[in-house]
Amino acid sequence: MLEWLTWLQIAVAAVGGILGLVLGLVGRKPNDLTMGFTGVVALLLIVQLGVAIASPIMGNQPTGSLLEFYLYLVTAIFVPVGAGFWALVERSRWSTVILGLGCSAVAVMLFRMNVIWFIQGS
Amino acid sequence: MSDKTDDQLSPAARRQRGLGRILIAVYVILALAALGRSVFQIATKFDQAPLAYSLSALAALVYVVVTVSLLAHNGAWRIVAWVSLCFELVGVVIVGTLSLVDPALFPHDTVWSVFGRGYLFIPLVLPMLGILWLAKTKNKQVD
Repeated sequence: MLEWLTWLQIAVAAVGGILGLVLGLVGRKPNDLTMGFTGVVALLLIVQLGVAIASPIMGNQPTGSLLEFYLYLVTAIFVPVGAGFWALVERSRWSTVILGLGCSAVAVMLFRMNVIWFIQGS
Repeated sequence: MSDKTDDQLSPAARRQRGLGRILIAVYVILALAALGRSVFQIATKFDQAPLAYSLSALAALVYVVVTVSLLAHNGAWRIVAWVSLCFELVGVVIVGTLSLVDPALFPHDTVWSVFGRGYLFIPLVLPMLGILWLAKTKNKQVD
């Protein structure tokens, strides 16, 4: 896990989260902006998965439990993907709110992953 | 899923349906979080606190049941939703109170410790919202 990448992800997910919640509550249907943020959040999680697999090989060991870390990461990947599919199936303002909820949840989960990797066991 | 789109519903029905959607989305996330945490606890340190971690697993299963019953939200599923939501509310209140009154009972965190503090108190608020939503909707009315 790379700290700068994680913070970048948390920032993107948090902005996407606030955007989805606000735009959804004022009545916007899912659009390129909210879908785009959700897509980038999902994509960055896949990158994070690659980084997480490569890190221990390159000497960057997690301080905490790797199993717990992966449970969070794999669950986190499902969240924006699920929210995105929901938004494709049902194009209403509520789907925008759900995109926002999904991104917010990923931000919290990434924060927790960061703690597990860098702080938990040290 | 309804045949009607959002625009064809009255504002009240639209709001009702939207609240249901959001409730379900939050439950899905909570069920995933609780399940993931519970699997980890049972797989790695079950013997440290069998009671607390069994409770976490039970809570996680209840979240899954609530999620499914809210999604189906018809006929017998409404009864399942009522029962599981009430169980959840009673659970979080009892475990939350006990964990404050006698912390020695729950030295290890569960989803419901201190009224779900580890989950931003969502476990306390969510069943109340669920029960309110259920009380306000009828069979097939919103879905």
